[in-house]
Amino acid sequence: MKKTIPLVLIFVAGLLGIISFVIPHPAYQTYDEWIRNSFLRVLSAFAMVLALGSLLRVHFDKIRRRRKNWQYSWLLLIAFGASSIIGLFGGVAADGILPTAIGSFHFDIQVLYENIVIPLASSMFALLAFFMASAAYRAFRVRSTEATLLLTAAFIVMIGVLPLGHSISKHLPMFVQWILNVPNVAGQRGIVLGIALGVVATSLKIILGIERAWLGGGE
Amino acid sequence: MNISTDPWIWIASILSLAILSFLYKENPIFRAAEHIFLGVANGYLVTFYWHRILMPILFRPLFQQGDLLLIIPFVVGILYLTRFIPRLSWLVRIPIAIYMGYWTGVLIPATIQAQIIKQMQGTVLTSQNFQAWNAGSWGIVWSVIIFIGVLCTLSYFYFSREHKGVIGATSRVGIVFVMTGFGAAFGYTVMARISLLIGQLQFLLGDWLGIIK
Repeated sequence: MKKTIPLVLIFVAGLLGIISFVIPHPAYQTYDEWIRNSFLRVLSAFAMVLALGSLLRVHFDKIRRRRKNWQYSWLLLIAFGASSIIGLFGGVAADGILPTAIGSFHFDIQVLYENIVIPLASSMFALLAFFMASAAYRAFRVRSTEATLLLTAAFIVMIGVLPLGHSISKHLPMFVQWILNVPNVAGQRGIVLGIALGVVATSLKIILGIERAWLGGGE
Repeated sequence: MNISTDPWIWIASILSLAILSFLYKENPIFRAAEHIFLGVANGYLVTFYWHRILMPILFRPLFQQGDLLLIIPFVVGILYLTRFIPRLSWLVRIPIAIYMGYWTGVLIPATIQAQIIKQMQGTVLTSQNFQAWNAGSWGIVWSVIIFIGVLCTLSYFYFSREHKGVIGATSRVGIVFVMTGFGAAFGYTVMARISLLIGQLQFLLGDWLGIIK
């Protein structure tokens, strides 16, 4: 029962998903819209509760057992608690019951997002520029034909999209466009076709109950 | 120099520098900023899900407008939380089965239509595809190169036979197209990351320190 019910449910839900594509009748589409916009969105919100519960449990556990770098878990919990309280009670547009300004100093959730999440996310991704450059250098040291081809294409694309590319040769931007439109499309399309066939095969295996890894361990 | 007096600019700048300090090596300041980032980002998610999904789609219609049909997603959603009760933890499979099953079902026809049929339509040699290039007789050449490139790329990922003979030759041509595609994607990704870095440097040197305008 503990596995049969979920397997029956995934089969029925999978069929409903497929049927939604082939029945364009307004009556069915109204029902399908309710499934997508209400039922499944509510489920995704509860899944988020589960994910956050797991995150908090991991960090509380880290603090309790004094694991390596446990002090930083306090920072995460305090930042999470403070921003959640500000967001839940202060409202998205500072229209909640909690005051989110002291004089001209505002600290509503949107301000926190714009001044903490966005700059930190940008810095994290900017950091990757350096690591990608070092990865490219290491790939270049391999001196294989494939690595050279990859780096040559990357170098031409990078130079070609800059104003510098046009200064070197007025044909360079056109050549970059050709690389993107012809050999790039051929390679990417072959990969996309392979991935798509894999997605369809795996999806069918999940719906038909052949692939059961999602059930997890235990009974 | 015209240093900012806005406390939020100072907070954003110090946190950004803390993240960029990872370039030297992993250090306590970086780890602190990383944990603050995770905490605030998740706090924002809580706010988003509460104010944009749970309140307007579930709680308000269910408890204020009496839309009793919403009891079903409410009860099924609650089953996610049984993950924390060992005796009942198997019940978490029910919402997972419904959510994953439905979207997996949606994915099958959508993938076949958008990523198999449409991609094949764009690859086969038709007069419509030749004209799509708007390059005169060169359109035919580019279309033939794409056609050969896609077939060769697919043969490179065909592992049911050893890559010898014809398949060996086509897969060697295929890797040329694959690596060119990866190179182009790599180049674009590097450019995107560098533009983010330039944006952060402009913020630090302009908005914060006022050295540049």
